[in-house]
Amino acid sequence: MDTVLFIIFAIVAIVAGFNVVLQRHPISSALSLVGVMGSLAVLYLLLGAEFMAMAQMIVYGGAVMVLFIFVIMLLNAGAEKPSSKAWFAQIAGLPLLLAFIATLGFLIYSALPGLRAVEFGSWTMGTAEEIGKLLFTQYLLPFEVISVLILIAILGAVVLALKEID
Amino acid sequence: MTFFIVTLIKIVIVFAVFMTTLAYLQWIERKVLAHIQSRTGPLRVGPHGLMQPLADVFKLLTKEDVFPPFVNRFFYLLAPFIAVCLALITISIVPFGPEIEVAGVRTYMQIGDVHVGILLVLAITAVSVYGVALAGWSSNNKYSLLGGLRSSAQMISYELPLSLAIVSPLLLANQLSFRAISDSQAGYYLGFIPRWNIFQAPFPQIFAFIIFLIAAFAETNRIPFDLPEAENELVAGFHTEYSSMKFACFFMAEYANIVNITCVATLLFLGAWHPLFPAPYSNWVAPLVFLLAALSCFAQAAQPRRKNDQYTFPLFGVVFLVLTAIFVVAALEIVPVLSTILLSIFWFLAKVGLLIFAFIWVRGTLPRFRYDQLMHFAWTFLFPVSLLNLLITGLLVALFPERI
Repeated sequence: MDTVLFIIFAIVAIVAGFNVVLQRHPISSALSLVGVMGSLAVLYLLLGAEFMAMAQMIVYGGAVMVLFIFVIMLLNAGAEKPSSKAWFAQIAGLPLLLAFIATLGFLIYSALPGLRAVEFGSWTMGTAEEIGKLLFTQYLLPFEVISVLILIAILGAVVLALKEID
Repeated sequence: MTFFIVTLIKIVIVFAVFMTTLAYLQWIERKVLAHIQSRTGPLRVGPHGLMQPLADVFKLLTKEDVFPPFVNRFFYLLAPFIAVCLALITISIVPFGPEIEVAGVRTYMQIGDVHVGILLVLAITAVSVYGVALAGWSSNNKYSLLGGLRSSAQMISYELPLSLAIVSPLLLANQLSFRAISDSQAGYYLGFIPRWNIFQAPFPQIFAFIIFLIAAFAETNRIPFDLPEAENELVAGFHTEYSSMKFACFFMAEYANIVNITCVATLLFLGAWHPLFPAPYSNWVAPLVFLLAALSCFAQAAQPRRKNDQYTFPLFGVVFLVLTAIFVVAALEIVPVLSTILLSIFWFLAKVGLLIFAFIWVRGTLPRFRYDQLMHFAWTFLFPVSLLNLLITGLLVALFPERI
């Protein structure tokens, strides 16, 4: 059951991921990205990271992507015209992409030699309780640093917006 | 195997009741609004217009399905589908009562319990913006687009106070699953004050409840915040270009969202199915309510305003008397399982019904906000207040970890 669900949603994630690039219209691309986020959330859920799955849906699937779509709708961006591709991209694009993915996979495997196949349901540390404990004990410093970073980003946005108004 | 059968039975029951409620909510809303405005409301189809929802469904089903020429076909069809599907998910994790045992099978009065139930509800709310936003965009119509834009901006803004209002009762319950949250509100202080979250020590969540309700009005696009479909500004907002069944989908989603958000409010703040006062006395509330309803029906029948009233009101009176008899049997606890089921469902539905009535009441009384007032209210009042409420709750929970 878990494996079947994994295969279905992994395929959905990959197809939607390709769709983000292939679609001409920005809204279609953005919605495909929502599809990627949603199927990733299901994959998290299958792995036992239930809190992560829901956070993924609330933050990425909901807030972030809604803002994307909001901006696209507001700017009324039309469909892209296909540009004449450079000869280099036409010939070497796909092979280079495959080489890049292969290199990435090789690097990950060599960096983490103890990788084994995942058993669905074997990991149960993904509850909100466990994540909360880890965030506020072991990872307290990174957590706080990130919140300060986000605060700075918000302040920066406010400053830039104020400049526009003046 | 029994699990599958039991779950299937529960799904069928919940689905049937939920769909009927959605249809009749429309009738209830029209009736209540009519009486607020000194009208009679739907009256022609069936006695007291009770067949009106059926007639509406047939009307919507048989209407011509207009397909505007310049729409984005795919998203135009996808939008109502997204709206209605997401609106129908939440009810499946709502618990209606405690664990019961029927014919040797122990089961909860809930289709399925999710560990992160409340987060699932938030995730669904967050994603359901797409239905409205896409409907507005794909219709290729200025009014629809404005409605969609307004709706997405409004839903993002009000999601913040909504989530913050949800967090404070979670601090008291220490759990995310709806079943655990409901169980944490069982019992009474001093034997008579219910431990519902709006009365819960150390900090009663009454403010969080009010913030939640206000944000809920905005999330469901109901009247003081119904700018996405403000008819005197935007024709009908995001669903201007929709007709027939596609329009019905939006309509159903709207009512389903009202039921969902009131269910969540009941679970989080009003103690789910736990009665207002302790057991032997609270059992008699249900018979009393139905008896009063029966008596008022008979009183109406004695002085009929319309010709049909002398036949219809006694009939309703008899129906209410039968309900009274059933709940008297339940109150006497002759069959324990039956009384658990009936009484917890009665209390749960009574609370949800009261909240839905409040939703309709507000629609009948309050005028619409202006758009800048709406945003101003969310960001400069509701958000800081909910933050303050959360801080106080957190502080008190930290100071008194051993609660009474």
